[in-house]
Amino acid sequence: MEKIKKFTARTVNLPNEDIDTDQIIPARFLTLPSKEGIGECLFADWRFDSSGNINHDFILNKEESNDCEVLVAGNNFGCGSSREHAPWALVDYGFKAVISTSFADIFKNNSLKNGLLPIVLPKNTHDWLLVNPGINITIDLENTRVEFDNGDNHVFEIESFSKYCLINGLDQLSFILNHEDDITKYEGSL
Amino acid sequence: MMPRGKTLFEKIWQQHVVVPETEDTPAIIYIDLHLIHEVTTPQAFTLLRENNLKIRAPKKILATMDHSTPTVPIGSLKDLDVVAEEGPAQQIRDMIQNCKDFGIELYDFDSDRRGIVHVIGPELGATQPGRTMVCGDSHTSTHGAFGALAFGIGTTEVAHVLATQCLLQRKPKTLAVNLHGHLNNGVSAKDIILKVIGEIGVDGGTGHVIEYRGDTVSSLSLEQRMTICNMSIEAGAKAGMFAPDDATFEYLKDKPFSPKGRDWDKYVARWFELKSDDNAVFDKEVNIDVGSLEPMITFGTNPGMVMPINGEIPDHKGSDSFRQALNYMQVESGQTLLNHPIDVVFIGSCTNSRLSDLQDAATILDGRKVSESTRTLIVPGSQSVKKEAELLGLDEIFIRSGAEWRESGCSMCLGMNGDTVGKGQLAVSTSNRNFEGRQGAGSRTILSSPKTAAASAISGTVQDPRKYEVR
Repeated sequence: MEKIKKFTARTVNLPNEDIDTDQIIPARFLTLPSKEGIGECLFADWRFDSSGNINHDFILNKEESNDCEVLVAGNNFGCGSSREHAPWALVDYGFKAVISTSFADIFKNNSLKNGLLPIVLPKNTHDWLLVNPGINITIDLENTRVEFDNGDNHVFEIESFSKYCLINGLDQLSFILNHEDDITKYEGSL
Repeated sequence: MMPRGKTLFEKIWQQHVVVPETEDTPAIIYIDLHLIHEVTTPQAFTLLRENNLKIRAPKKILATMDHSTPTVPIGSLKDLDVVAEEGPAQQIRDMIQNCKDFGIELYDFDSDRRGIVHVIGPELGATQPGRTMVCGDSHTSTHGAFGALAFGIGTTEVAHVLATQCLLQRKPKTLAVNLHGHLNNGVSAKDIILKVIGEIGVDGGTGHVIEYRGDTVSSLSLEQRMTICNMSIEAGAKAGMFAPDDATFEYLKDKPFSPKGRDWDKYVARWFELKSDDNAVFDKEVNIDVGSLEPMITFGTNPGMVMPINGEIPDHKGSDSFRQALNYMQVESGQTLLNHPIDVVFIGSCTNSRLSDLQDAATILDGRKVSESTRTLIVPGSQSVKKEAELLGLDEIFIRSGAEWRESGCSMCLGMNGDTVGKGQLAVSTSNRNFEGRQGAGSRTILSSPKTAAASAISGTVQDPRKYEVR
């Protein structure tokens, strides 16, 4: 896993509320065998029409969205299915973080295991981001802070162990595997 | 001061802590049963192979194929290439190979135990009170109907459980949903859960485990409880649960994996203790009046956009997301959907494909014809449900009415297997999600109970089941 400490990136806005994982990646793409290239299918039904032509009105297809690595989305992002294909698609497309006012539980968990930061900001800051699209922000994971060019900054919350793993480029499975003895002891007590 | 009692959830949680939670690290929680299927496991098996890891407890895995499987009869794997597209067919073959390579028993095409994973767990007695259960599928919440702690996980976590039989978890909060009163004619469990989601919202349960309580609960069958727990995730909840009671024990008795003989009494005594203490405190509480409930339908693009069948679509109150949802659905604020023309009816999915759901539909379809303009697809939740329904002659009622009667699977709920709702078509569906394009690219979905779906199939429009129900 790549270590994530601090990065500066440009935002792109998708203000819809309750964006579900079926929008992030429709079910017909869940038969893809690997994570590589899955970003092609991100928001497929919004980016392309039914004949596969690019929908030029959709924000991610506009030139100004090229190289944006932070998605600012409406409340309750990632609701619905548990498909980890959703964060895989966002990461493969090039996103490093999603900012919202809340995330669905499973999506949040899945994101944290794939180096995609689910960042909850207060409503007024989130509103401000929505009316100021395409700005550069700095995300400082070590200090759990989002910094704006105007000097403002906001602290966000992130589960402490996930943060530790992301900063140090560790996967969470090794932590459980290191407790092998405890698991064996527990199984013995059943 | 009296010590604070424990909720049902807290009791099960505590019994499964392998390593306690600290400020720096989540708890390691033991998983009693891992349900797996073909869609959310391939990358987990890859991870195991890459890291040279074995499966810790193959006997604690229940494996089936449901999402990508065709619902037309399959005699052998060779038939698969004829009826299925390349992606789903390959995924099914990979599942068979992965289970073989890792020593996991799989309920394959030739198994009479095959079916939707959330239907077969309970009918095999693998779902039991007090168990922790996970699956790479959000509707794992279904199993909470038996007083199990059951929730959906991602594929990385599927790999964690395969390798360690454990999960890293922060302890969620608790939400009591108190149900009061008794269901009226024509109203069912699906209407209760749609009402709950409408009341608390699609994120109302985020970070919480719901326990359904109140005087309604004892009159609900296990199949009704499963429908309610199933859609708890649609309110954002981590899990939904009912405390086990006599109805639970009666359901589980003599099921293939249920404890037998002397063990049975021992287990029932233990299960009987699984309820929230009288002085337990929930983080949140909500009250829902079931007695005044009417059949419910959705009108928008999430399950919280719901109204009584005779209701008017509410005002958008300036919300762009709400307005966009109505645009997608081609409906307007102030409009009623009763008598609104539809193209498709789907009766099935892990929410409503059990025997009682099919009986509900059959009561209405018996001796009637479905509208010629409405494709009606009825898909049992498992091969076992299919067999039971056929023993009761339900298949004949359905076929005589003009509906299609299929093999078991997830089918048109998410349209992975080729059973889809066409672009722009409107479906009344007993499934769990009315998201944009959920049932096929460009499809539009109205969620309802099996009774409402059956009534709508007959008239070819959104219809109130009370119009057809014998009283």
